[in-house]
Amino acid sequence: MGTPLINLHNISYQYEQTKALTDINLTIAEGDFLAIIGPNGSGKSTLLKIILGLLKPTKGEVLLFGKPVNQFKDKERIGYVSQKSNSFNTGFPATVKEVVRSGLVKKTGLFHRFPSNVDKQVKSALKSVGMEDYAMKNIGDLSGGQQQRVFIARALISNPNVLILDEPTVGVDSKNVKSFYNMLSHLNREHKITIVLVTHDVDAVSKSISHVACLNQRIHFHGFKNDMDQMSDEQLEAWYGHAVRKVEHQSEVIS
Amino acid sequence: MIESIFHYEFLQNAFASGLIIGFIAPLLGVFIVVRRLSLIADALSHVTLAGIAGSLYLSQSVGALALLNPLYLGIVASVTGSLFIERLRRLYKHYEELAIPIIMSAGLGFGAIFISLAEGFSSDLFSYLFGSVSAVSRQDLWIIIGIALIVIIFLSLFFKELFVLSFDEEYAKASGLPAKWIHVLFMIVTALVIAGSMRIVGILLVSSLMTLPVAAAMRISKSFKQAIILSLLFGELSVIVGLVSAFYLDLAPGGTIVVTSIIILLLTILSKKIGSKGAVSQ
Repeated sequence: MGTPLINLHNISYQYEQTKALTDINLTIAEGDFLAIIGPNGSGKSTLLKIILGLLKPTKGEVLLFGKPVNQFKDKERIGYVSQKSNSFNTGFPATVKEVVRSGLVKKTGLFHRFPSNVDKQVKSALKSVGMEDYAMKNIGDLSGGQQQRVFIARALISNPNVLILDEPTVGVDSKNVKSFYNMLSHLNREHKITIVLVTHDVDAVSKSISHVACLNQRIHFHGFKNDMDQMSDEQLEAWYGHAVRKVEHQSEVIS
Repeated sequence: MIESIFHYEFLQNAFASGLIIGFIAPLLGVFIVVRRLSLIADALSHVTLAGIAGSLYLSQSVGALALLNPLYLGIVASVTGSLFIERLRRLYKHYEELAIPIIMSAGLGFGAIFISLAEGFSSDLFSYLFGSVSAVSRQDLWIIIGIALIVIIFLSLFFKELFVLSFDEEYAKASGLPAKWIHVLFMIVTALVIAGSMRIVGILLVSSLMTLPVAAAMRISKSFKQAIILSLLFGELSVIVGLVSAFYLDLAPGGTIVVTSIIILLLTILSKKIGSKGAVSQ
């Protein structure tokens, strides 16, 4: 197991009267490719927002690189790709280059201009997601999958250690989902970036990931993806919230 | 007319202020439009009216304030209004747009009361509502120069942060940007520009100079940089054509500036349609 980068200790979160998360303990180590999976409303996005410091947990503590989240200042070490459908309007007049460059805003700091080699950095970030020919295109003219790659390039430009993605394949057509996950695998293996993503697309993501966390208000399983078949029927039922049947499929376990 | 500008101070004031406003209003307007805050500019202009009317009433009823420039209280009202809007937007988290009618009606309500109380204000009212070529004093011009400097300093310090905040607010917050403070500063600067633009364009039309040139630029821009350059160009063109025609035709400059902006907007919509038809037929 690599060095722990993200530690969640007894995290609970409540939206007014509704419990969203209960006693979450989770450690994400360097080099992990973790998929947090669970049904709709299971608290997946809430958990990501707590890790990013966008929501304050009702109980518990989040440590990023060993520091409490509210004291962690090197936010550029964590790249974030939000759910595309929620985050920007497609009519925004900006080029891909302008969007990717904006990923340097925190690293550059307040009252400073972007570094002089910013164009080179943009080119390199776009190259790592296979979008180097699109720098001058308007962001709204790209397909959903291409836009997501641009947002990953924006997150990568500050050379993060961890990449966090919230439902990254929403709006990406099914034929491009596979190549999208292949690209994430490449970033994880070749660029040594720890990846945490939230999805309910278990089947598509299963080939790329190393670890799985099954979430439905509580963590029902966390470990290597190949150990998922050790989950008992009771655990599976508690995770999904209703009776489920395990099906063996090409030596991988899916539900 | 160029000869007249050299002769008459009021024309120098009007043109210098107009050119400055034609620059700063669309410059800030780009961020207002992409952040979907266009209606907030309208609400703030109505609050400015309350400040102006209150100042005119005070200058009549309190001897010591007889020479008070109404622009000062207009600025105070506008900035206060911007802070109230923010407070209300947080209070009504799920109905943020409610802040706009609340502040707009409060501004108009107070404005109407002060206008009724102040005698003889009706003759000035027209110039405050729709702008005036002759009403801009040298002191107004200095205030507008001061506001322009604040806008330029603010945008040069926070340009990249405002871009991120405008494009993807959640990403900006996750990156650790002080989103709340930058937004509050942005609202205060917007309030200042609205109060400053009021002399030339008039209270009722001030938000249009912040939004119409931007709306036209966005139709044909491929990048954010291009959207800014074109917005400034259209803003200045609207002010110059508007002021010249207002002077020669003896019309309210607010009206002529806005109509020029509308014509530019229609031309850009038309040119885009012709362009896309040409592309299809090829």
